[in-house]
Amino acid sequence: MVLAGLLALAGMPLLLPSYQLGIASEILIFSVLAMSVNLLAGYAGRTPLCHGAIFGTSTYVVIIAAAAGVPVWAACLLGVAAAGGLSVVFGIIAVRTSGVYFLLLTLALGLIIWGICLRWTGVTGGENGLRGDLRQGWLADPRRLYWLILGVGAVLTFAMWRLVRSPFGLTLRAIKDSPSRMAALGHNVPAHLLAAFVASGLFAGAAGALYALFNDFVSPTTVALPQSVEGLLMAIVGGVGSILGGLVGAFVLIALEQFVSAYTERWLSVLGLTAIAIMLFAPQGLLGLLKRKST
Amino acid sequence: MKRRIVLATLAAPAMLRAQGTSGPIKIGLMAPLTGVAASGGREIVEGFQMYFETINSRIEGRPVEVTVEDDASNPDTALQKARRLVEQGNVHFLFGNLLANTGLAVANYVRGTGTPYFIPVIAADDLTQRSRLPNVVRVAGYSASQFSRPLADWAYKQGYRRIATISQDYTFGHEQCGGFAQKFTSLGGRVLQQFWHPLNTSDFSPYMGQLANAGVDAVFAMETGADATRLIQAYASFGLKGRIPLLGAMNATDQSVIRTMGAEAEGIVSAAHFAEGSTNAVTQAFVADYERRFQKLPSLYGFSHFSGAMWVAEALKTIGAEAENRERLLAAVRATTLTGSPLGAPVSLDAYGNPVYDAFIRRVVRRADGKLWNAPIETYPRVDQFWGFDPETYMRQPAYSRAFQGPR
Repeated sequence: MVLAGLLALAGMPLLLPSYQLGIASEILIFSVLAMSVNLLAGYAGRTPLCHGAIFGTSTYVVIIAAAAGVPVWAACLLGVAAAGGLSVVFGIIAVRTSGVYFLLLTLALGLIIWGICLRWTGVTGGENGLRGDLRQGWLADPRRLYWLILGVGAVLTFAMWRLVRSPFGLTLRAIKDSPSRMAALGHNVPAHLLAAFVASGLFAGAAGALYALFNDFVSPTTVALPQSVEGLLMAIVGGVGSILGGLVGAFVLIALEQFVSAYTERWLSVLGLTAIAIMLFAPQGLLGLLKRKST
Repeated sequence: MKRRIVLATLAAPAMLRAQGTSGPIKIGLMAPLTGVAASGGREIVEGFQMYFETINSRIEGRPVEVTVEDDASNPDTALQKARRLVEQGNVHFLFGNLLANTGLAVANYVRGTGTPYFIPVIAADDLTQRSRLPNVVRVAGYSASQFSRPLADWAYKQGYRRIATISQDYTFGHEQCGGFAQKFTSLGGRVLQQFWHPLNTSDFSPYMGQLANAGVDAVFAMETGADATRLIQAYASFGLKGRIPLLGAMNATDQSVIRTMGAEAEGIVSAAHFAEGSTNAVTQAFVADYERRFQKLPSLYGFSHFSGAMWVAEALKTIGAEAENRERLLAAVRATTLTGSPLGAPVSLDAYGNPVYDAFIRRVVRRADGKLWNAPIETYPRVDQFWGFDPETYMRQPAYSRAFQGPR
């Protein structure tokens, strides 16, 4: 079934006109971000509000590095590395907290990145952002870019799926249920959480690097709080605690946005109401709802 | 709205080419209808649509179809909407946006597609200077630092020698203050202090104390939207009004700000190419028409998009309304001298795609019915974006920023 789904996705460029293909690319990128949030929120029981900032840091680094003459692929690796480095720092600060304290701490850490991007005009271009020049040569064709994003996205999704099913993933889930019991059993809880945080940050960074290729532009809105909230919302809408929930959530929210904003200026209100309805009536997300219906 | 969707699906690029110039002229207008710049965004749409109403949405007999998209004051959304308009809506050209970052994002996108993009209120200097693009033209717009230079000249002639500036801390502010500071300093004046505050500053009292004690002859304030309202109110309530003259960037006393204000805004001097209080008969006819339609005086946003629409329409008339031919359209737009604009004076572009205007020094005064408006008190003829500086030399200096406000 997974293979069939992948084939269907790979066939999209042959059917869709370029604009819809762009939307599909965006859905894939944001589903990776949502999955990375899900890794922490759904499996380690720590809901982060800084993943937009980690994602956007990678986007900034890719565009800055490419502008400095670094080859695009190397710039992308640098972006992911920067996201990883940032996650180490954030993780060390944040993993000893939990619940609402973790939420607020990661929110504050994300805001610091946003502030830096806004005020460090010489490097980040401030409010104006930075215009990239990445979509050249091989990447200029939207279909190739889509396939690239799909390929990378599929590998990342598989990696995350493996990760949550590994002994490490099991330990994380146990920590989510009872950190004190796991500590008593001799597991190093903070180290596990830090590793999960960094892994999640690397995935978010990979999504951010893909976004740099796709958008070819970055501004402080890419690292701002709404970006983190959107990633989290996609994870929640799709289903916290199931990796593919990210894909479902990203698809639903982006498709809804596209559809509703064609009809009304009040599309943000419609999105908000939909999110509230999903949280009230399907607290396990849309995938959770499907699972409940089928059992 | 339904009709638009049908059109979008029918008009595959190949069909459009086969149709030649028969279908409607399709224009994509982007404006912030939600988010921080929403109030200005509405006036963009009003001004733009008002022009097409006056010509019955027809150019040379060819119908005009305007699709409006909300950029949500967000560059990523703007980019997405630009893609939708160009790739799905197959518009012939794009118009609009308000915030510099949204405009810069869209400009980067059309650099790849070649779609003509007209930006009446995106003022970021570099779009018509260091990083200008052949298909991005600032019809009926202005560059950020363009009018703060004549204001600096005027201020110097009033005998002011020491100035402080207070501004929102983002590029639009850096550029307007930079234009003012560089001109004022080059004349021999001194800029003693520059205050930069974040966008959406709720409390200006800390700045008022510092401004009062700065020992300056006048204060230049670069503010937009709600910040402008709050600063002007604080300036009056802290007793600075009447003691230290307040000069404003054109946005600080724009109708979008002063139409809800009272005596505290009276007397502020600013510089702009448009003054709704001008005695020019053409301007007054436009102002009256706008007021009749929308029950308010026109802001810069409405005026600029009315004029921008007229500019491109006039250019289209000279090429048989053949909007498909991008090269001809852009060449025609650049060659057009706009004679019918609400300014009542001819306007044309410089070699870099930015208009040259007669700049007004304006003072906020009361109209006969008590409404506040900007009335011209002096005119500087032929002000371009480099005014007094050699373009090539000028563009070798860096763009204005917090750190660079002209060579000291």
